[in-house]
Amino acid sequence: MPSPSLTVNGRTVPLDGVPAHTTALDWLRESGLVGAKEGCAEGECGACSVLVARPGTTTPTRWTALNACLVPVLALDGQEVVTAEGLGTPDDLHPVQHEMAVRGGSQCGYCTPGFVCSMAAEFYRPDRAPGEPTPEHGANGFDLHALSGNLCRCTGYRPIRDAAYALAAPDADDALAGRQTRPAPAATPTDVPGFARPADLPAALALLAEHPDAVVVAGSTDHGVEVNLRGLRARQVVAIDRLPELHGVSVTDEVVEIGAAVTLSEVAARLDGAVPLLDLLLPQFASVLIRNGATLGGNLGTGSPIGDAAPVLLALDASLVLVSAAGEREVALADYFTGYRRSVRTAGELIRAVRIPQPQPGLVGFTKIAKRRFDDISSVAVAVGVDVVDGEVTRATIGLGGVAATPIRARATEEALVGARWPDVAAAADVLAGEGTPLDDHRASAAYRRAMLRQSLLKIAAAEVPA
Amino acid sequence: MSALSERPLGAVVGAAVPHEAAALHVTGRALYTDDLVGRTKGVLHAWPVQVLAAHARVTAVRTDAATDVPGVVRVLTAADVPGVNDAGVKHDEPLFPDEVMFFGHAVAWVLGETLEAARLGAVAVEVDVEELPAVVTVRDAVAAESFQGGQPTLLRGPDVEEALAGSAHVFSGEFEFAGQEHFYLETHCALAQVDEDGQVFVQSSTQHPTETQEIVAHVLGLASSEVTVQCLRMGGGFGGKEMQPHGLAAIAALGARLTGRPVRLRLNRAQDITMTGKRHGFLAQWRVGFDDDGRLTALDATLTSDGGWSLDLSEPVLARALCHIDNAYWIPAVRVNGRIARTNKTSQTAFRGFGGPQGMLVIEDVLGRCAPTLGFTAEELRRRNFYAAGQDTPYGQPVRHADRLATAWQQVLDSSDFSARTASVEAFNASSAHVKRGLAITPVKFGISFNFTAFNQGGALVHVYKDGSVLITHGGTEMGQGLHTKMLQVAATALGVPLSRVRLAPTRTDKVPNTSATAASSGADLNGGAVKNACEQILGRLAQVAAEELHVPAADVRFVDGRVRGLDADGPSLPWEDVVRLAYFSRVQLWAAGFYRTEGLHWDSAAMRGEPFKYFAYGVAAAEVEVDGFTGAYRVRRVDIVHDVGDSLSPLVDLGQVEGGFVQGVGWLTLEDLRWDERTGKITTSSASTYKLPSFSEMPEDFRVSLLDAAHEDGAVYGAKAVGEPPLMLAFSVREALRQAAAAFGPAGTSVDLASPATPEAVFWAVEAARAAEGAHVRDGGSAPPQPQGPPIRPESERVLGQA
Ligand SMILES: Cc1cc2nc3c(=O)[nH]c(=O)nc-3n(C[C@H](O)[C@H](O)[C@H](O)COP(=O)(O)OP(=O)(O)OC[C@H]3O[C@@H](n4cnc5c(N)ncnc54)[C@H](O)[C@@H]3O)c2cc1C
Ligand code: FES
Ligand code: FES
Repeated sequence: MPSPSLTVNGRTVPLDGVPAHTTALDWLRESGLVGAKEGCAEGECGACSVLVARPGTTTPTRWTALNACLVPVLALDGQEVVTAEGLGTPDDLHPVQHEMAVRGGSQCGYCTPGFVCSMAAEFYRPDRAPGEPTPEHGANGFDLHALSGNLCRCTGYRPIRDAAYALAAPDADDALAGRQTRPAPAATPTDVPGFARPADLPAALALLAEHPDAVVVAGSTDHGVEVNLRGLRARQVVAIDRLPELHGVSVTDEVVEIGAAVTLSEVAARLDGAVPLLDLLLPQFASVLIRNGATLGGNLGTGSPIGDAAPVLLALDASLVLVSAAGEREVALADYFTGYRRSVRTAGELIRAVRIPQPQPGLVGFTKIAKRRFDDISSVAVAVGVDVVDGEVTRATIGLGGVAATPIRARATEEALVGARWPDVAAAADVLAGEGTPLDDHRASAAYRRAMLRQSLLKIAAAEVPA
Repeated sequence: MSALSERPLGAVVGAAVPHEAAALHVTGRALYTDDLVGRTKGVLHAWPVQVLAAHARVTAVRTDAATDVPGVVRVLTAADVPGVNDAGVKHDEPLFPDEVMFFGHAVAWVLGETLEAARLGAVAVEVDVEELPAVVTVRDAVAAESFQGGQPTLLRGPDVEEALAGSAHVFSGEFEFAGQEHFYLETHCALAQVDEDGQVFVQSSTQHPTETQEIVAHVLGLASSEVTVQCLRMGGGFGGKEMQPHGLAAIAALGARLTGRPVRLRLNRAQDITMTGKRHGFLAQWRVGFDDDGRLTALDATLTSDGGWSLDLSEPVLARALCHIDNAYWIPAVRVNGRIARTNKTSQTAFRGFGGPQGMLVIEDVLGRCAPTLGFTAEELRRRNFYAAGQDTPYGQPVRHADRLATAWQQVLDSSDFSARTASVEAFNASSAHVKRGLAITPVKFGISFNFTAFNQGGALVHVYKDGSVLITHGGTEMGQGLHTKMLQVAATALGVPLSRVRLAPTRTDKVPNTSATAASSGADLNGGAVKNACEQILGRLAQVAAEELHVPAADVRFVDGRVRGLDADGPSLPWEDVVRLAYFSRVQLWAAGFYRTEGLHWDSAAMRGEPFKYFAYGVAAAEVEVDGFTGAYRVRRVDIVHDVGDSLSPLVDLGQVEGGFVQGVGWLTLEDLRWDERTGKITTSSASTYKLPSFSEMPEDFRVSLLDAAHEDGAVYGAKAVGEPPLMLAFSVREALRQAAAAFGPAGTSVDLASPATPEAVFWAVEAARAAEGAHVRDGGSAPPQPQGPPIRPESERVLGQA
C-alpha cells in the first residue's frame, strides 16, 4: 500500500507519521493552512468547515462541506480538500468571498473562512436553481440550511444571508464547478499504525476479529467529539464509511433498506420521499455539515438515549442487520438497546443496514424538543406512526428519545391509542406523559420533558388530520 | 459644530466601506494569535491543571509523574513566580492559587513539546485538596452574607418611603436572571517569546494590551519597559478579553522566561468556559410606585450581582447597572442599592453593556409585568414615562437630547406600521388556538464614557513616509467591531488623502503606551480623537511647506483627496506625494504622536453622583414573535430598529454593530442558558453543544435597521456616537413580545412572569401560567427590599464605570 497522502488546494501532501487521532483541522493548521479555525472542536460552530470532493448523486463529484475538527486526517487519504485559502486570494476573490466581503459578512472574521466553505458548497450544488424565495431559500435557490452548522457571534447573520442570496450561478469556466463533472477520488485503502481503511466488508470484519478493542469510525461526527473533548485515543481505528456493502439503499414493496454508512445527506437524497417520517426528522438532525458525515450506523452505534434516529426507526418498527465474521443476523430495533449506551451488538459486529418494513404507517409525526431550532440536541424526541381507518386508530407505534436510559417504545400509549378516534388523543396523551423516567438536566427539567411528551402527541394529532 | 466634530469637504468618514480586513477574513489569510504558532520555531504548549472542586484548600501539588511523561518540559507552579503571584490589579486573584475558588480553577500549568504531551502531563499532576464549603448560587450567598466589594446606593428626589406611600399603585416583586458566556469564536490565546536580554514579547488576544503588559511585568518582576504586548486582532472580545487575558499571558510569559522557548497558551472551549468570567447574573428585589396615569412615582430596588470568586470588574459593572436602572424613564424618587455576591464561580467580568443591560432589564421587566395590572398597554406605559427635555438622571446628569427618544420611538411606530400590525396580531390571536403572536416596542438610552476619568484618554502614532504612504497605529484593539476601519477613515479624512493611502499596523504597547482598554464603546471616540490630533500636527507642518510652494497663506492650505491647494478649488494644486517629499527635503518632521482626552466628565463614586457620561446613545426596537403553545418554541418574525449613532463614521460597520448587538442580546435573553450544578459548582453548559448561541434560526426573518437621521454629536470625533454596546439592549423588545404572546394564551389583561433566559421551556411555563390565569407574581404593596449597609465603592476600585 502506498503511503497516505492528501490533496489540498491542488497540492498533494504526504501524511506520513501522522497519529491516528490527528484531526484534519489540526493537520491543516500545522501544515500552515491556518484559515480553518477551531471554535469548539465538536462540530458545533463550523469555523473549521472545509470542502471535500465526494461522490455526488446528480454529478460525479460534489463539493461537500465537512467539519475538519471531527474527521481524522488519515480518513482523507487519497481525497481532495479545498480550504478558504484555496478558493481565492485577496486580489482574486471567489464569488462567495466577494459577496461576504462587500456586504459586511465578516466582523471579527474568525467564523468567516468556515462560512465561506459552507457557502461555497451550496454555491456549487448542481441542482441549485432560481425559484420563488421563501424565508429559508433565496431567489437564487440558495438553501439557508446549508449554513445551519456555522455560528457567528458578531454579525447577527443578516449580511451573511444577504451574501448567500446574492450569489449567481458559477461561471462556465469555474474550475471547482468543472471538477464536479469528473469522478470523485475513490476510497483509498489505508493501513498505517493505528489506522486502517479496509477495502471491503470481509476485510473489515477480519480486522475487527483480529483487534477486539478496535474502534469503528464512520462519519466520525461522534467519534471526533470523543477524541477532542474526552481524550479518546484508540489503539486501532477502523474506517468503515466507504465500505460498499454498507452503502446500499433499496426500496421494495416489502422493505426499505438503508446502508449503515450512507450519510444522512445522502439518505435524504437517495430515498427521495420513500420514508416520510425520515423526511420529518432529517432536516432537524444536527446541521448540513454534520449530516454530510453522520450515518445511521453511527447514530445507533453510539447507543445514545438522545439520538434522534432511534425514536423514528422505532416508530417505523425497523430492524437492524448485524454482521460479523460469523455471519449476519437481524434484530428488531426495539430489542437492540439493553441499557445506557449498551446494546445486543457484540464486539466484532457491525451494523450493516437498517430495514424498515412496508407498508409504513399511514400517518406519521415527529417532534423534536430543543432550545434552538437549528442544530440542537433533543431534550425529548417523539416519533409517531398510526394507521387510521374510518376515523379510528387501528395501529400505533411510538418511539421516544430523551426520557429513559435508552430510546424506548411507548407501549402503554400505543395500546391506549388503538381504538381511539383520531385526532381525539387527549387520553392517550395523558398516558404518554407517564412513559419513561425523564430526568432534570441542563437541557430541560423533568417536568418539561413530561409535559412535552403529552404536548407532542397533541401537536402531532392537531397537525395530522387524515385527508 | 465643534472643531472635533466638524467634517471637512470630501470626508472619507461617513462612507460605507467594508471592514478593513474583509478580504483577508474571507480568504483565510487574516492572522490571529494562534495562527502564529506554525510560524514560530520550537514552541512549547501549555495545559492547565484544573481542580474539580468548587472550593478547597490545596495541600500538595506533586509534579514528578508529570515530568516523566514523554514530551513534558516543565510544570509551572507558584514557586516559579519571581514577581507578584496575581493575575489582576486588585490583588485578589492569585495566578497559582493555594485555595481553589471555583470548579475547574487551575493551580498549575504543564508545558509540553506538543499539546498532547502537555495534556497528558496535566493528567499526571497530583493535587491533594481539602474540600471546603462552597457557595454556588446568589441566594446562597445572600443567606450566607457572602459579599465582596463596595455596596453603593443611588438616591434621588423625595424620600422613597413617602413617595411610595403617596402612590396610587405600589407593586413589589423579585427577578433573578442569568448572565451570559461571551463565546467569542476565538478562545483566549497568548504566545510569549523572550527577546534579547530577557525582554518579553507577548502576542495576546487582549482588549487591553497595556494592562496585559503590566500584569505580565508584575508577575515576572520586570519593568513595563521590558515587556511588549501586541494584539494582531481578536476573533471577538465583547468584554471577555478586557481583564481575563492578563493572567494567561503571564503564564505564557513565565514559561518562556523559564525555558527560554516560545510558549503558546490557548484555552480550548471547555477550558475557556470553565475558567474565565462571564456576564454577571443578578437578583433584583423591588418595589415600585405609579400614579393613576401610569407615571412612575418611585423605585426602591436592591440589585445583587453574582460576582463569582473575585472582584475583577464587578464594582464598576454594578455601578453601571445602578446608573441604567432608569433606562429611558423619569422616576422622581429613587433608592437603588447594589451589592456583589461572592460565590464559588468564575469571576464574572465585563460583557457588552457592562451592567447597563442588567439594570435596564430590571425596569423593563417591571413595566412589562405591571402594564396589564395597571390597565395600560405596555407600549403606552413605556411612552408615558419617557424622559422629557430638562429632566436629569437619578445620579444628576441632564438627559441631553431626550427628544431623540421620542423621535426614534415615533419613527419605529411608523416604519413598523405598529398600530396596524398590533391589530393584525390581535386578529391572528383571536383565530388561532395553538399559536399566538406578540408585538412589542422598547427603548434604549445608554451612557457613553469610562467613568474613571483617567481612562478617557487615547493615543496614536501616525507616520507619513517619504513616498506619501501613511501608517497609523493607535491604542485601540480590533475585535471585529470595525475600529481599525473607522480609524483608517478618520486618518484619511484628517489628512485629506484617499483611504487606500493609509495602512494600519497592529496594536502594540511599544508603539502607543499607557492605553485604555478598548471598551465602553469608546474605542472610536478616544482613539479617533488621537489619530485626528496626530494627523493635524502633521498637516500643520505640511501646510507651511505647501504655502510656500503655492504662494498662499498657510491657513488657507487645503488637503482634499490626495491633492493640496489653496482656498480656490480650481486654483493651482500639488499632489500630496510632492508636498510630502518637499517636506522631507526641508527637514520637516513627517510623523506625530497624537493624544486625546475627553473633557467635561466628573463622577463621585461614593455619592453615586455626577456627570459620568459624555453623551447618551438612543435606540428603539419593535419585535414581533410567534409562540407555539404546544411546546413554548418561538420564532422572531420581524424586527424594526432605529438607532442613534450620531453621524456615522462608517455606516456598514455601524449597521453591523446594531444587528450583531441585537442578536447577541436576543441570545442572552432567550436562548443562552448558563447552568451551574448547584451542588458541585460545576458548569454543566461548558461546551458549544450544551451552551447554545443564536444561529441562523434566531435571526429575525424580516430585519429592518436604520440609523437615526440628523443625529450629529458635537462632543465626539466627526460627530459620531459610540455604537458597540447600546444595540444589545434593543433585544428587550423580543423578550417583551414573548411575554405578550404568552399572555395571549390567557384571558385579556393577563400579566405574565417570564424567566430570563426565556427559553422555549420558560415560555412554555409562562403560557401554562397564562392559561391558568395565574397572573404575574407581583404583589400589591409589599415591604422594602433588603437595605445593605456596606461601604460605598471606593474611588480607587472604581476604575471604570463603563467598559466592555
Ligand atoms: C454538532 C453535532 C450535532 C449533532 N446533532 C445530532 C442530532 O441532532 N441528533 C442526533 O441524533 N445526533 C446528533 N449528533 C450525534 C452524531 O452526529 C450522530 O450520532 C451521528 O449519526 C453519528 O454518525 P457517525 O457516522 O458520524 O458516527 P461515528 O462518529 O463514526 O461513530 C459513532 C459510534 O458508532 C459506532 N459505529 C459507527 N458506525 C457503525 C456501524 N456501522 N456499526 C456499528 N457501530 C458503528 C462507532 O464505533 C462509534 O462508537 C450530533 C453530533 C454533533 C457533533
Ligand atoms: S471547530 Fe467548531 S465545528 Fe469544528
Ligand atoms: S465575524 Fe466574528 S464570529 Fe462571525
